Amino acid sequence: MSATPMSEYDLTESAEEVLARLWVAKEEQDRPSCPVGELGTEDRERALAQLLESGLVEREADVVSLTHSGEVQAESITRRERLAERLLTDVLNLGEAQAAEAACQFEHHLRRGIDDEICTLLGHPRVCPHGSPIPPGECCRAGTRSAGKVISALADMTPGQAGVIAYIHATRREMMERLLAMGAVPGSSISLLQRSPSYVFQLGEAQIAVDRETAQDVYVRITGQRPAQSEPGQRWRLRRGRGRR
Amino acid sequence: MKLRPLGWLKRLSAALPRDGGDGHAAETATASRRVMLVGSPNVGKSVIFNHLTGRYAVVSNYPGTTVEVSRGHARVRDTLLEVLDSPGSYSLATFSEDERVTQRLLMEEPLDLVVHVADAKSLRRMLPLTIQLIEAGVPLVLDVNMIDEAERAGLTLAAAVLSQELGLPVAATAATSGEGMERLEALLDGEPPKPSDFRIEYPEPIESTAAAIASLLHGDYGITRRAVALLLLQRDQGAWASLMQLDPEALVEVERLVSEAEAERNRPLSYAIAVARHQEADRIARRALVRRPASARRSFRQLLGDLAMHPLAGIPILAAVLYFGLYLFVGRLGAGVLVDWLDGRLFGDHINPPLTAFFTRLVPWPVVAELFVGEYGVVTLGLRYAIAIVLPLVGAFFLMFALLEDSGYLPRLALLVDRIFKRIGLSGRAVIPIVLGLGCDTMATLVTRVLQTRRERIIATFLLALAIPCSAQLGVILGLLSARPVGLAIWGGVIAGVFLLSGFLAAKLLPGEAARFYLEIPPMRWPSLKNVATKTLARLKWYAAEIIPIFLAASVLIWVGQITRIFDLALAALRPAVNAIGLPDAAADAFLFGFFRRDYGAARIFDVHSGGAMSGVPLVVAMVTITLFVPCVAQFLVMVRERGVRAAAAVGAIILPFAFGAGYLLNLILTTLHVQI
Repeated sequence: MSATPMSEYDLTESAEEVLARLWVAKEEQDRPSCPVGELGTEDRERALAQLLESGLVEREADVVSLTHSGEVQAESITRRERLAERLLTDVLNLGEAQAAEAACQFEHHLRRGIDDEICTLLGHPRVCPHGSPIPPGECCRAGTRSAGKVISALADMTPGQAGVIAYIHATRREMMERLLAMGAVPGSSISLLQRSPSYVFQLGEAQIAVDRETAQDVYVRITGQRPAQSEPGQRWRLRRGRGRR
Repeated sequence: MKLRPLGWLKRLSAALPRDGGDGHAAETATASRRVMLVGSPNVGKSVIFNHLTGRYAVVSNYPGTTVEVSRGHARVRDTLLEVLDSPGSYSLATFSEDERVTQRLLMEEPLDLVVHVADAKSLRRMLPLTIQLIEAGVPLVLDVNMIDEAERAGLTLAAAVLSQELGLPVAATAATSGEGMERLEALLDGEPPKPSDFRIEYPEPIESTAAAIASLLHGDYGITRRAVALLLLQRDQGAWASLMQLDPEALVEVERLVSEAEAERNRPLSYAIAVARHQEADRIARRALVRRPASARRSFRQLLGDLAMHPLAGIPILAAVLYFGLYLFVGRLGAGVLVDWLDGRLFGDHINPPLTAFFTRLVPWPVVAELFVGEYGVVTLGLRYAIAIVLPLVGAFFLMFALLEDSGYLPRLALLVDRIFKRIGLSGRAVIPIVLGLGCDTMATLVTRVLQTRRERIIATFLLALAIPCSAQLGVILGLLSARPVGLAIWGGVIAGVFLLSGFLAAKLLPGEAARFYLEIPPMRWPSLKNVATKTLARLKWYAAEIIPIFLAASVLIWVGQITRIFDLALAALRPAVNAIGLPDAAADAFLFGFFRRDYGAARIFDVHSGGAMSGVPLVVAMVTITLFVPCVAQFLVMVRERGVRAAAAVGAIILPFAFGAGYLLNLILTTLHVQI
C-alpha cells in the first residue's frame, strides 16, 4: 500500500458530517445544493467555516453546495462510513441501529487507503446494511483479492472455500426473492464447488448452479475450507479465473 | 391447457383429443375428494402422482417439467380421489407463470387436502413452504419423500418429531420404490387433518401490519387473511391482483400500511420474512433429521455427476451422449433399422399394395381414390409417414430423452452451456426445450414455458423454428448424408453457425435483460425403467393425439391443393427461389410440402436425389435450406397459441428469406471453391 495521501486539512467530525450530507443530497436525492438549515450538527457554522476555508464547499447566502474537490472528499467519507457500517454489522455482529451510530465515529478514524483494505476484507460490498450504495474505490475497480478476507462475494470465492451466508444483495429484487426461496438465506452454510463454466455451490445437501451475476449477489462470511468428512475424494481443482471482473 | 383468446384456434384445439382433464369431466363429478400435490421442483411429486393415479405426468429428474397441471383419478382404498399435480415451486410468493399457477390453484380450487411433498435430505430448505401452507390454512399433510436418498446421505427422519413440531400428519416415503406409500394413502383416505396450531411470530413491524391488513380484507381468498396479508407485504403480484379484484376499496389503505412498514425496514420485507421462516425451519430440521456419519466413499454416480459438470471432462461426456444417444440410437437404430422395416416391409409390401388395389376397385372416381391411396393419399402417405417414419424416430428420441432426463444429466448440461447460451439471449435452462426440439419442435415450443422471461421464450421459439431440426427431419438427413461425411460436417457446421449467429442477433435486437441462471442440480440417479417407459409412452401418446391429426389434415389439404391447382401456383412461385440456390425444379414441392410436414420436405429431397437429379453440393444446400425453412404446420399452430399471432407471423417472415438466403450463400461458396462432396 502506497503512502496514504493525507488530507491537508484534518477535518473535524462535524465537518465530515456536513460534507457527507451534501453528498447524499447531491448524489442520491438529486439536489445539488442544500439550505444551511438542513445541515444539522451543533457546531454547523464552525464546520462550514472550515470547509469554506479548505475550498470544499461554496456558499451563496443560505445555500451551500460542494466544490469539485469537496465532492471527491465527500464521496470518500461516505464510502468509509458505509464500509464501517458493513464491518460492524457483518463482522462484529452489531445491530443495524447500533452499527449506524458507531460507524460515524469509526469512519472518522479510517484513513483513506485503509478503507480499501477493509473493503477488500469485506469482499467489495456494493451496499451498506441499509441498502444505500457504497461508492466503489480503487480496490473494487481493480478487483483486489486478499487471502485473509472475512466476507466475500460467492463469485470471488475459491472452490473448496466454505462459510455462512452473510447477506444477499441482488441488483434485481426478483433474483433476491428466488435465492431466498431456494434456501440461500443469511445464516445458511454454503461452500463453493466450482467456478467454471458456471458457479456450483453446496447448500446443505443440495447443489445449486448459478451464473456469475447471481454469484455476485451472495456475500459469504468465510469460515474456512469445506469440511473433509462430507467431501471425501479430491474435488476437481479448478483454475481460478483471477483478475477477471 | 392455457389458451389465448382466439376463437378458431380454441375450437380447433378443443376438437383435438388431448391427454388432459377435459375429457374426464364426468369422472370429476363423482370424485369424493380433491387432493393437490405441492412442492419444490424435483422432489418426486409426479412419481407420487403416477403411483396414485396410474396415469401419466411427465416425471423427470429435471426441475420444472410439470408445465401444465396434471389431473388424474385415484381410488385409494374406498375413497375416490381427484389428484392435481402442481408445477414445482419453492414458495407461495409468485415470480413466474409456473409459480402463479400453484398459488391460484390454492386460492381458487376447492381442495379437500393439500399434500406438501418435500425432499427429505433438504428438509431444512423445504420447511419454509410447509410453514407458508400452514399459514394459508389449507388442510395439509406433509410427505417427506426420498427418504432412501437421505439414508444414503446419512440422514434419518424422525417423522414423529416432525409431526409434533408442525402439528401436522407426516408421511415418510420413497416413492420410486413404493416405500411408505401405505402411510400416505392412509392419510389421503382418513379424516381430514385438523388445522395446525404452529405459528411464527414475525419481527415487527411485520406482525402488526399483517394483522392490520388482514382486518381490512373481506373477500374470499381461499386462504387465510393472514397469509394474504403476508403475501401483500412481500409485494407478491398475484396477491395484489386478487386484492384489486376482491377488496378494491381497501387498496389505498393496504398500500399505505405496506409502504409504511417497508419504510421502517430498509430492506424488502420478504427478506425478514424469509429469514424468520428459515430460522424456524432450521430449528425444526435439526430436531427431525438425525445425522450419522455417511459413507466416506464417493460413489460412481457422484463421480460421474461431478465429471459431467467439469468444464473439460464435460465435453467428451457431451460428445459421447450425442454420438451414442442421438447418432447411433436415434439416427442408426431409429431412422435406419426401424424405419426400413416399418416403411419398406410393413407398409411397402403388406399394407399399401392391397389397400391401393382395394380402393381403386371400390371407388370409381380416381380423384376420390387419390385422396386415400394416391401419391399424397391419407393412407399411403399420411398414415404411412406418421406410423412408419415419424413414430419410430420420435419414439426413439423420446426414449433417449427420458433416459437423459431421469439420470439428472440435463441440469448438468444446462450449467455447462449457460455461458454460451447467454450470448444468444438464453440461459442454461433453455437446453431443455432446445434438446427436446431435436425430437419434436412442436412439443419443445410448448415446453419453452419453463423459461422465465418473455424475451427468452421468444428467442427460444425463434431458434426452434429456424435452426433445430426435429427427429423426423434429422432421421432423413442423417440417413441421406451418412455416406457423405464431408457433406454431413458442412451441414452440421452451417446449422450450428446459424443457430449461434441468429441467436446472437436476436439477443442484440430484442430489448430486455438477459435471463439469470439458477438451477438446482439433482444427484445423478439410475433411471427407473418403469418411469422411463411410462414417460416415453405418454409423450408418444401426446404426439399421436396432437400431431398426427394435423398431419392427416395436411394430407387432405395437399389433396385439395392438388386438384384445385392452387399448389401449382405456389410451386411456380417457389421455383425461381429454388433455382437460385442451385436446385432443380423438382425440389420446389419439397419446400411447399415441407411446411405441412417437416420430415416430408427432406424426404422429397431424397426422392429427387434418388431420381439422380441432384449431386453432392445441391444435396447439402437443399438439406441446409430445408432445415432452416419454415416450421411444420403443427409447430406453427403452437407458436400462434403460445406466443401470439404477431410473434408467430414475424418468426415466419424472418425465416423464409433467411433460409433461402443462407442456401444461396452456401451454394455460392461451395461452387466457387469447387468443393467436392
